[in-house]
Amino acid sequence: GGMLAAAALLVLLAAGPGRADTGRDALREELLLSPLPAGDVAATFQFRTRWDADLQRGAVSHYRLFPKALGRLVAALGVRELHLALTQGFWRTRTWGQPPLQAPAGAELWVWFQPTVTDVDKAWKELSNILSGIFCASLNFIDSTNTVTPTASFKPLGLANGTDHHLLRYAVLPREVVCTENLTPWKKLLPCGSKAGLAVLLKAERLFHSSYHSQAVHIRPVCRDASCLAVSWELRQTLTVVFDTFSSGQGKKDWSLFKMFSRTLTDACPLASESKVYVDISPKNKEKELLEVTPAPTSVLEAVVQGDKRTYAVYDLLSPSLFNTSRSLNVQLKWKRPQDSSELPTPILHAHRYVSGYGLQTGEISTLVYNTHPYRAFPVVLLETVPWYLRLYVHTLTIITKGKENKPSYIHYQPAQDRRRPHLLEMLIQLPANSVTKITIQFERALLKWTEYPPDPNHGFYVSSSVLSALVPSIIAMKDVDVEQSPLFTSLFPSSDGSSYFVRLYTEPLLVNLPTPDFSMPYNVICLTCTVVAVCYGSFYNLLTRTFHVEEPSRGGLAKRLANVIRKFRGVPPL
Amino acid sequence: ITDVLTAIALYLAIQDFNKVLFKKQKLLIELDKYAPDVAELIRTPMEMHYIPLKVALVYLLNPYTVMSCVAKSTCAINNTVLAFFILATIKGSALLSAVFLALATYQSLYPLTLFAPALLYLLQRQFIPIKLKSKSFWLYSMQYTALYLCSLVVIICLSFFLLNSWDFIPSVYGFILSVPDLTPNIGLFWYFFAEMFEHFSLFFVCVFQINVFFYTIPLAIKLKEHPMFFMFVQLAIISIFKSYPTVGDIALYMAFLPVWSHLYRFLRNIFILSCVLIACSFLFPVLWHLWIYAGSANSNFYYAITLTFNIGQILLISDYFYAFLRREYYLTHGLHLTRQDGTEAMLVLK
Repeated sequence: GGMLAAAALLVLLAAGPGRADTGRDALREELLLSPLPAGDVAATFQFRTRWDADLQRGAVSHYRLFPKALGRLVAALGVRELHLALTQGFWRTRTWGQPPLQAPAGAELWVWFQPTVTDVDKAWKELSNILSGIFCASLNFIDSTNTVTPTASFKPLGLANGTDHHLLRYAVLPREVVCTENLTPWKKLLPCGSKAGLAVLLKAERLFHSSYHSQAVHIRPVCRDASCLAVSWELRQTLTVVFDTFSSGQGKKDWSLFKMFSRTLTDACPLASESKVYVDISPKNKEKELLEVTPAPTSVLEAVVQGDKRTYAVYDLLSPSLFNTSRSLNVQLKWKRPQDSSELPTPILHAHRYVSGYGLQTGEISTLVYNTHPYRAFPVVLLETVPWYLRLYVHTLTIITKGKENKPSYIHYQPAQDRRRPHLLEMLIQLPANSVTKITIQFERALLKWTEYPPDPNHGFYVSSSVLSALVPSIIAMKDVDVEQSPLFTSLFPSSDGSSYFVRLYTEPLLVNLPTPDFSMPYNVICLTCTVVAVCYGSFYNLLTRTFHVEEPSRGGLAKRLANVIRKFRGVPPL
Repeated sequence: ITDVLTAIALYLAIQDFNKVLFKKQKLLIELDKYAPDVAELIRTPMEMHYIPLKVALVYLLNPYTVMSCVAKSTCAINNTVLAFFILATIKGSALLSAVFLALATYQSLYPLTLFAPALLYLLQRQFIPIKLKSKSFWLYSMQYTALYLCSLVVIICLSFFLLNSWDFIPSVYGFILSVPDLTPNIGLFWYFFAEMFEHFSLFFVCVFQINVFFYTIPLAIKLKEHPMFFMFVQLAIISIFKSYPTVGDIALYMAFLPVWSHLYRFLRNIFILSCVLIACSFLFPVLWHLWIYAGSANSNFYYAITLTFNIGQILLISDYFYAFLRREYYLTHGLHLTRQDGTEAMLVLK
């Protein structure tokens, strides 16, 4: 039914004023407000531009909603999928629940290239440099020492003909800081900019005053319609921000758009075909609602998201009835009864990673993966990228579940080469129901050349987050999702069947100290070492080129003669 | 096991060497090459009887050997191959000596410099005088060189067939020569290259590597009559200046010190040097712990101990060299030297 309606809609639109050029493009924008168990609020913005044009083949010159910078990038470098995320903070899965889309701290970039690209590394280097210019982020630090080619973890999220993993590149810069300079070019890529629609809420001084801020760009090819004969390009720009009760809300747990963003919504973006605000009002414990939202929503939607049945209050900004009473929309959430903080529902899959050991020579990285599902076991793919200067000892890798050793069914390990590439460890681990799995590996720290240390060497070196990808079994069966009709936050990841949903989790980044040489000493060290070598050279030179002689008594040099003259005056016998 | 093998090899080698030395001494006495009053400098069989045993014991009981055995380092295997090489050379078998030298060079490049003393010893044993114009000299040298190169080529090709690629050559020899890994060790290289300006790093790598190979030719010219001492000095230079020295290398050349215990009266600074070496050996682990684990010391502390330890070793070797040369002078010119006017004379290097 949905499919037919979508096809009919397409036909109608196509019959309308056609463009002489290639395809049409459509923009949908959406904001999802989900109150988190601990009283914080997560706001996820998604802006989806779908363009029915073939960027790869035709020389496209007329860009309307799709940003020209990204379109030309995709066409010129043969990019099939691009995912770039800039994040500050860490999503606390244990207390906040499963995120709709998580990103690791810092900058993350992973790209699938087209099979026509011959030199993938060269294209990757150019791509990271161009993106660094577009987003004002130092992505140009991405080079072979932090790029890996995962084999199992990052499967394409869009259309794919075949997955030769040599066309995939993945890099993380954990030390990257996100600030207003990165937000401004991101906003500029939106068709309405920050002048109309949902993007007016994106003000930097409120967005960065939060516990977690993540902005991402996803480009992928999708089917144009159900028959999938042609390819459209989809650009999703997502921004997730978590506002903290105490720092932003002044201790009270009542939220409103004005309190969060210091702005309210006045209208929808004129270029958007759909502009909605969803508020998660799912009741916990199947009781009456926990939240009260004002003003009254235009409709209520029930959907199964991430294995859970959820209820959403929908505000459609394009519907004329919304702005009848007031010129602006300020969604307010009030808690009906006090939040019971002891019953925090734990997500089915969450992980924790830490580094242990003392001293600057060795250490151990431990990852704890929790499966809290009461009766279902499922496998998880763990990807770890460790920089080359922490030399991993793979023979010390142990995986222990419930006290017994757990052998992974697939291991891919690529050892590091000094100053050329990092360690890559990918494993497929089966997690039994209701268990904790501990994965430990020991490493040794290397001494680097003094120019290879960052400006603050005693701060330490970051190890990027490890990635856990899993198909988590869901409690409630999920129906197949029609991308055009359903909310954007349900169609992020392609779902293969209705019984499980895809989740990608990131663990904490680690901070590891390395032994440092003394940075004030280069000249001294050179002089002293060369002195030692010179001592050897000097003594050997003496012994090799000189021979023993009996000492002849000499008549004395000038000093001796002068001393003798003085002695004669004193009346003392001469030397 | 390899340590015991090394000790046995050294014992047999020194036994043979003593016999040869004694014969040579006898010959020189008969040829009246020695001055009349050097009777106390001549070595007697009595005192030389226990030297091989002392050599073996010094090697086995040396704390450095014990440490490298506990650490399960491959240095013990290196030492075994070198000891067998020395045994083969002293026994006079050119083929075995070439094979063992090729094995030792295959493991780490530096034993290449031991080619010269081995050649000199074998020439001496065959009674071929070392004159550049002598045909038999060139003939024998070519024979030995050919044996050595052939065995080396055979071993490298074996590795190639095992691995099916030439990648092992840059990984093994390129690594030794270009020093990319800067893990602190007891040598001089690591901190030097950790603090080196990028611009000059290639230059200094070349300088340091040439420094190891450089002393071979001058020493060969000076010590062509005494190839065993030349071998000892060469071994010591390799173990001090190689790119990744370990205490196992030091143990090997220290095992030879009893062979020259008769030089004791001519050593000038032996007390200070042995104190320096022992003190530094004790300070190494202490300062390492302070730097890496306690965090209260700097890398400079450990580096300073590295410097003093290496200076101690260098001065030890040059001291022994000086004593050796001095004894040779006394042997040919007499022990009690007088000047022209009859007073006691001083001996200086000029």
